[in-house]
Amino acid sequence: MSIRKMEPREKRVIPDRLGTPLRRLLGSWEVLLFGVAVLIFIANSLASPYFLDAWNLSDATFNFTEKAMIAFAMALLIIAGEIDLSVAAIIALASTAMGYAVQMGVGTPGLVAIGLATGLACGAFNGFLVAVLRLPSIVVTIGTMSLFRGISYIVLGDQAFGKYPADFAYFGQGYVFWVFSFEFVLFLAVALVFGILLHRTNFGRHVYVIGNNPLAARFSGIPVERVKFILFLLTGLMSGIAAVCLTSRLGSTRPSIAQGWELEVVTMVVLGGVSILGGAGTIVGVVIAAFVMGLVTFGLGLLNVPGIVMSIFIGLLLIVTIALPIIARRVRDASKA
Amino acid sequence: MRNLLKNRELLLGLIIVGMILGFSTRADNFASPGNLANIFNDTSILIILALGQMVVVLTKSIDLSVAANLAFTGMAVAMLDAAYPGLPLALLVVLAIGIGAMLGAINGLLVWILQIPPIVVTLGTLTIYRGMTFVLSGGAWVNAHQMQPDFLGIPRMLVLGLPILSWVAIVVVILVGFILTRTPFGRSTYAAGGNPVAAAYAGIDVGRARFLAFVLSGALAGLSGYLWVSRYAVAYVDIAIGFELDSVAANVIGGVSIAGGIGTVIGTVLGALFLGVIKNALPVIGISPFAQMAISGIVIVLAVVFNARAERRKGRIILRDRAPASEVSA
Amino acid sequence: MTAQASKIGTGALPADTPILEMRGISQVFPGVKALDGVSIALHPGQVTALIGENGAGKSTLVKILTGIYRPNEGEILVDGKPVTFANAQAAIHAGVTAIHQETVLFDELTVGENIFLGHAPRTRFGLIDWRQINERSRILMQALESDIDPTTKLKDFSIAQRHLVAIARALSVEARIVIMDEPTAALSRKEIDDLFRIVEGLKRQGKAILFISHKFDELYEIADNYAVFRDGRMVGSGILKETPQGEIVRLMVGRDVHDVFPKMPAVIGPSVLSVKGYSHETEFRDISFDLRRGEILGVYGLIGAGRSELGQSLFGMTRPAAGSLSLEGKPITISSPADAIAAGIVYVPEERGRHGLALEMPIYQNMSLPSLIRTSLAGFLKTTNELALARRYAERLDLRAAALSVPVGTLSGGNQQKVVIGKWLATAPKVIILDEPTKGIDIGSKAAVHGFISELAGEGLSIIMISSELPEILGMSDRVLVMREGLSAGLYEREGLSAETLVRAATGNA
Repeated sequence: MSIRKMEPREKRVIPDRLGTPLRRLLGSWEVLLFGVAVLIFIANSLASPYFLDAWNLSDATFNFTEKAMIAFAMALLIIAGEIDLSVAAIIALASTAMGYAVQMGVGTPGLVAIGLATGLACGAFNGFLVAVLRLPSIVVTIGTMSLFRGISYIVLGDQAFGKYPADFAYFGQGYVFWVFSFEFVLFLAVALVFGILLHRTNFGRHVYVIGNNPLAARFSGIPVERVKFILFLLTGLMSGIAAVCLTSRLGSTRPSIAQGWELEVVTMVVLGGVSILGGAGTIVGVVIAAFVMGLVTFGLGLLNVPGIVMSIFIGLLLIVTIALPIIARRVRDASKA
Repeated sequence: MRNLLKNRELLLGLIIVGMILGFSTRADNFASPGNLANIFNDTSILIILALGQMVVVLTKSIDLSVAANLAFTGMAVAMLDAAYPGLPLALLVVLAIGIGAMLGAINGLLVWILQIPPIVVTLGTLTIYRGMTFVLSGGAWVNAHQMQPDFLGIPRMLVLGLPILSWVAIVVVILVGFILTRTPFGRSTYAAGGNPVAAAYAGIDVGRARFLAFVLSGALAGLSGYLWVSRYAVAYVDIAIGFELDSVAANVIGGVSIAGGIGTVIGTVLGALFLGVIKNALPVIGISPFAQMAISGIVIVLAVVFNARAERRKGRIILRDRAPASEVSA
Repeated sequence: MTAQASKIGTGALPADTPILEMRGISQVFPGVKALDGVSIALHPGQVTALIGENGAGKSTLVKILTGIYRPNEGEILVDGKPVTFANAQAAIHAGVTAIHQETVLFDELTVGENIFLGHAPRTRFGLIDWRQINERSRILMQALESDIDPTTKLKDFSIAQRHLVAIARALSVEARIVIMDEPTAALSRKEIDDLFRIVEGLKRQGKAILFISHKFDELYEIADNYAVFRDGRMVGSGILKETPQGEIVRLMVGRDVHDVFPKMPAVIGPSVLSVKGYSHETEFRDISFDLRRGEILGVYGLIGAGRSELGQSLFGMTRPAAGSLSLEGKPITISSPADAIAAGIVYVPEERGRHGLALEMPIYQNMSLPSLIRTSLAGFLKTTNELALARRYAERLDLRAAALSVPVGTLSGGNQQKVVIGKWLATAPKVIILDEPTKGIDIGSKAAVHGFISELAGEGLSIIMISSELPEILGMSDRVLVMREGLSAGLYEREGLSAETLVRAATGNA
């Protein structure tokens, strides 16, 4: 028998990365989106003299902070290949729970705890259905969306809860310093936490792998179900936090609160460059997308465009931002061939 | 028992009959033919919309824009009827179907040509179509007194004891059933959703099947637009808001697989009737109508659990003695 | 050869005009030339055996013939006239039909519809004619000596019955060229006899048949001509019965078996993994073996014999119904891949793209994935550690890549396989299960992978190597476990082991 020794391997060095950091940055979706944000900012300041005012701009942030906080958790969920359409309904249920507690005489710390706990419970329920029973998240969360908001309707009917304690107003109306609202500061903090979680931890890496190839993730020993459950839990928690802020800002709870927000949150995530098919996306992208959507809404508001017409822009934005890269790729492939 | 559970339609039908009998113990006339006809008429629009949704879902897609489509078309024909009283009703109905089909075609093209996931496309067009309804109407309402008598009256006209609205639903049921079982397009939806790769091998254009499914769904949503505005004698921006979820719910309850390729017309009709019976029974058994949403939610979740159990695949069967009886025989 | 085989010879006179001819066909994919100037002719009433190892280009050829791929070069002639198959439908119209390896059909549709989908008989109003579908399906199934009711859903039938449905589908289009891709892989001897009777019938009807199989005894039984493929080229063709099997094997492998497989004599140590009575509900039963230190245990069997299922179960992907495992003498239970990895048992899957890699993620992130616990610090990623780990195994495996941060999907099949192997070696395993380790990779990388496997065994790693390639099994294994229909069909020592023995055990032919 012939024993063939492997030829001595010549040492070939494979570089860690290709190109310079600057080049990689310039080609990214985030930079493109940032350019769009700057353009909208300039257009707005030209269109309305009231735009470039610190307090007006500060007001504008309320258009997106609550939605964006959910969007960060939703981004992780979508990167992992799942979706949660019940987030707005969780807000309604959490807000209703808080409103109910107010009638029982619960104070502000108790209200916050109840809001967050309701969010977590809803998230756990979704997580149980998707991760444990392995049901498709898109239909399951359409179901729980009806269920959660439906419970609010059962409790409230056509009534509203109000009379929140005075110090409860801080979460939605308070300012940390100067023009920086509590919500805006919280938004930045949450962005930082989710950014680190997604981009700097083993957990975040697992999220990407699951979204990229769930089978390969399983074959690599990643506890796919546990990761998904945690993501639903996080999304529920962030919806609970958003419910605290929104309820505090509005000062009342109706069962129709945050109606349709699930679509705006998903739009924000997708606009931020997160692939709806899973596996790709960054938190920075979602942050910029939040600003873009906030600026568009605020700018159109200054021009007295009604909210429902703005939604046309949001819908178009969603489709166009997804369609453009696809068309660009087709054109590129066609010119190559 | 196993066979019963396997026959989804029969089981669902029995549950509905059981519900009707149960409710009639609380209200004598609940099971009366008149009331049952009433429930059917009340569910007609949902049946029509759900059947359009079903064809889309069969191809492994979803159409969340049906209710917005309905609102836009309904508003468009109501405004036309108010502005040009001389237009014949037949023309308005054809227009409604045409406009609906066009909006459906936009969804279909985005899915087919650009291959954007259907859920993203229809989430986007859902807000766009609803916004366009506002732009079209300027936020104004079209009220009953602005609509012509035949625009309002014809769907209410009784033929053989049933309103024309119910007959329209029956015709749509037969038509969609016919399309799905007898036309090459209908069969291609099952193949395209059941196994897209194998469908391509069999020479079926999966994208085209999806496109046509969206057009059909849009056309039925357009027809529903007219029927809705006529039935409730009013058109405004927010009509049928959230109704797309009911259409999905009817499908899920009726045993249509959200993963595509599985579902029957009978199942979907029964799924819609299930929701219709519950909606009509709530006041009878003294539950607030506000509970309807939560009940739909629970039913959807339970139906998904049930469907998943039915569809769950076991491991490969390699050991010969573990093959089901039918495999060993031949 | 059996009596049946001699009967076949009579129809084998070469007819003058081929029904279908391929000339100078080349098919290039990013990074690999799957077919390189291939020419082949199919004659009426003849069975042509298409022979070659996995990755030799057979399935690419089938995909071109069925209109799924369009070749970069060359032409296809039907009845002497050049044609192009723009899509699957065009190939069907030209009379080409294929019965694929893993017969792709629709579970939820009826047998009749599976037969006629895409070309269903229509009524004069252009509607689907169910009466005709069911009637004609019944006739087709009867011709195949099956009494399957065409109105039953396909999901109720076994693999063998599905094959019959697929054949009926091929017959329903009045195909003149029938491609059978491993049609016997999952069939019992009796079912194979039935199939061959059908093939005989097709020959008599003047159809040209392209028959792909790994089983030589069957090929000699049924085929008239042969064409051998290796590395995307046709390396030989002729009349099969005039060519001895040794010659075919030589053409197929290109060299003498022992030259290709650099198996080093290994020092076999004590038992590492002991498997006793391992059983699964539906997939395999009563599998027992002792895997020793430094040993390569080959696992051979036909496609669908339960080999991958066994491998995946040992790795914790499925729970066994009975049986026990012990590792280095200590009993262990493995209920998840994480358990297996922690115990030192890893699995390199057959389908790299589907099970092994996140193709759009960088090489280094794929490599470090199961080792993150060691490269990270308190749950936070340390990219420098990941890159160092990736670099270590990239160099050891001689990985060819532009950078460690490029997506794995941009690499060739062989280099992707190196990433998967590197990923698992980095976890410092005791037992490595390789499922078809050289499937779909070019011959050069194959030799490197084989050399590496041998090296690993030399270093004391225990290896379970699942493979469908006889030369690979014979060349590399210290012992061979043969599986058939989920059961063990014998455990053979390397000394004096012949291909015939293994094939007999795997197919159940005494």
